[in-house]
Amino acid sequence: MAVTSGPNDLSSEMEVDAFRRLFPLRFHERHLLESLRPDGRPLGRARDTTLMLGAVASANGSAMAKIGSTTMLAAIKMEVMTPTAEAPDEGCIAIEFHMPPICSPLVRPGRPAEVAPVISKQLSDTILSSGMIDLKELCLVGGKAAWMAYLDIYCLDADGALFDAALLSAVAAFSHLQIPVVSLNDDGRIVIISEDNNGGAMKEKEPVNKEKIKLKLKSVPFSLTCVLHKKYILADPTSEEESIMETFLTVVLDSSFQLVSLNKPGGPGLTNSSAIQDCVTLTRQRVKELQKILNEAISDMEVD
Amino acid sequence: MDSERKGGRGANQLRPVDCSRNVLSRAHGSASCSHGETRVLAAVYGPKAGTKKNENPEKACIEITWKPKTGQIGKPEKEFEMILKRTLENICLLTVHPNTTTSIIVQVVHDDGSLLPCAIHAACAALLDAGIPLKYLAVAICCCLTESGNILLDPSKLEEQKMKAFVCLVFPSSIHSVLPEGSISIGGESKGDGIITSLTHGVMRVEDYFQCVEQGRAAITPLSNILKKKLQSQSASNLSKAG
Repeated sequence: MAVTSGPNDLSSEMEVDAFRRLFPLRFHERHLLESLRPDGRPLGRARDTTLMLGAVASANGSAMAKIGSTTMLAAIKMEVMTPTAEAPDEGCIAIEFHMPPICSPLVRPGRPAEVAPVISKQLSDTILSSGMIDLKELCLVGGKAAWMAYLDIYCLDADGALFDAALLSAVAAFSHLQIPVVSLNDDGRIVIISEDNNGGAMKEKEPVNKEKIKLKLKSVPFSLTCVLHKKYILADPTSEEESIMETFLTVVLDSSFQLVSLNKPGGPGLTNSSAIQDCVTLTRQRVKELQKILNEAISDMEVD
Repeated sequence: MDSERKGGRGANQLRPVDCSRNVLSRAHGSASCSHGETRVLAAVYGPKAGTKKNENPEKACIEITWKPKTGQIGKPEKEFEMILKRTLENICLLTVHPNTTTSIIVQVVHDDGSLLPCAIHAACAALLDAGIPLKYLAVAICCCLTESGNILLDPSKLEEQKMKAFVCLVFPSSIHSVLPEGSISIGGESKGDGIITSLTHGVMRVEDYFQCVEQGRAAITPLSNILKKKLQSQSASNLSKAG
């Protein structure tokens, strides 16, 4: 944590914590000179990431993702709906991102966080445009009934790279999702069969889908946010880094390294093509890491 | 290729751009900008004293209100507000008026594709009209990627819906048009290389993205020249009226 002090520098006369608070930008730049960050990471490395599937027992699919201390809880609830006339053989996914006041001192009760609807929109754009989920798989009876998947993501601890953690938890929740068993009742309506009474009663009524099925996920998207400051690229910033160095770029790649989204919303710095290329390279490495973490979480789940 | 687009446009051909300043009487600065059928009205009020909560009081704060043509303000509008705010923070000299808030109201008059570029041009012109100090103008462009891998610039609404993917890019207006010929330094070229904002939608190859950046950048210089000419001619006519 100690800063190597040079001559003519206030940092040699001041406590590290005081220097950090008074001159946050210089504090970070001194670290960058040493190719190190205040939490001891090299510039291009993301924080430790953990993933736990099935965190919410009452949901059809759920996951908790932690990147460093950024924590996201995602849960999916399935409901039967009538498909729209435009897409009679497709289901629907509704994604909502919540930032309750618990997650950060910047969010006040009663006043919703400004970034929450933006991240919500980016998440649904990314998940729907990536083609990860074939909406036709969510169809039950063409034109009559289809699944509506409500995905809610709660941010429990907002310590930077919110979109990355939210996307990871969303993807994990979809890979944990089990579509419940349903059957047609006498009125021709779809009813969900609860697990307790799937005895003789179920056999008479023909179930529409025989057993709990999992969605086939193809080309799963993963993302990495990088802060760009001068010539440095910092992968997976903490909220402190995000607030001090305000230019950031989020790259989303799918498992076959196709570009799903490259989002740089303004900010004080300009970005040239070579910096973007470097971010894409960092994201490629990160996609491999995240894929491994997701696969491990899934296999852990199956062992249980 | 020309026959592929409606209106007989070429792949790299933009729709006619128009931009007029000082269209509202009560606003401190206002502008109306149109790209073909897409039209956006922007008004600037401020700088007013004080910044909002959670904003840095050592810098000027920019506040955006995005009004859609119809309906309520939802998530897409919030996203546009955030992108526009951060893009304008890039081009404004925020340290000239610290601890002030400048509010910009963007009203969509008609959306026929490439809405964000049009809004950025309108907001820029309105800031200019209000006399807010700027580093440079932001020049924005939308690129569409067809299934066959061709790139179309400045897509209309119909083209946007049909496309596999699209990219929206904002560049600083090329300094080539400001500086006299021959005085472009190496430092300046690296600045011309920069991207202020990038937004993408849809799956594409990484190479396709960089191809879009190249094509977009090539279209920026003529576009920024047109915009500057439009804005300059108006300030000249205003001066002659005042004199």
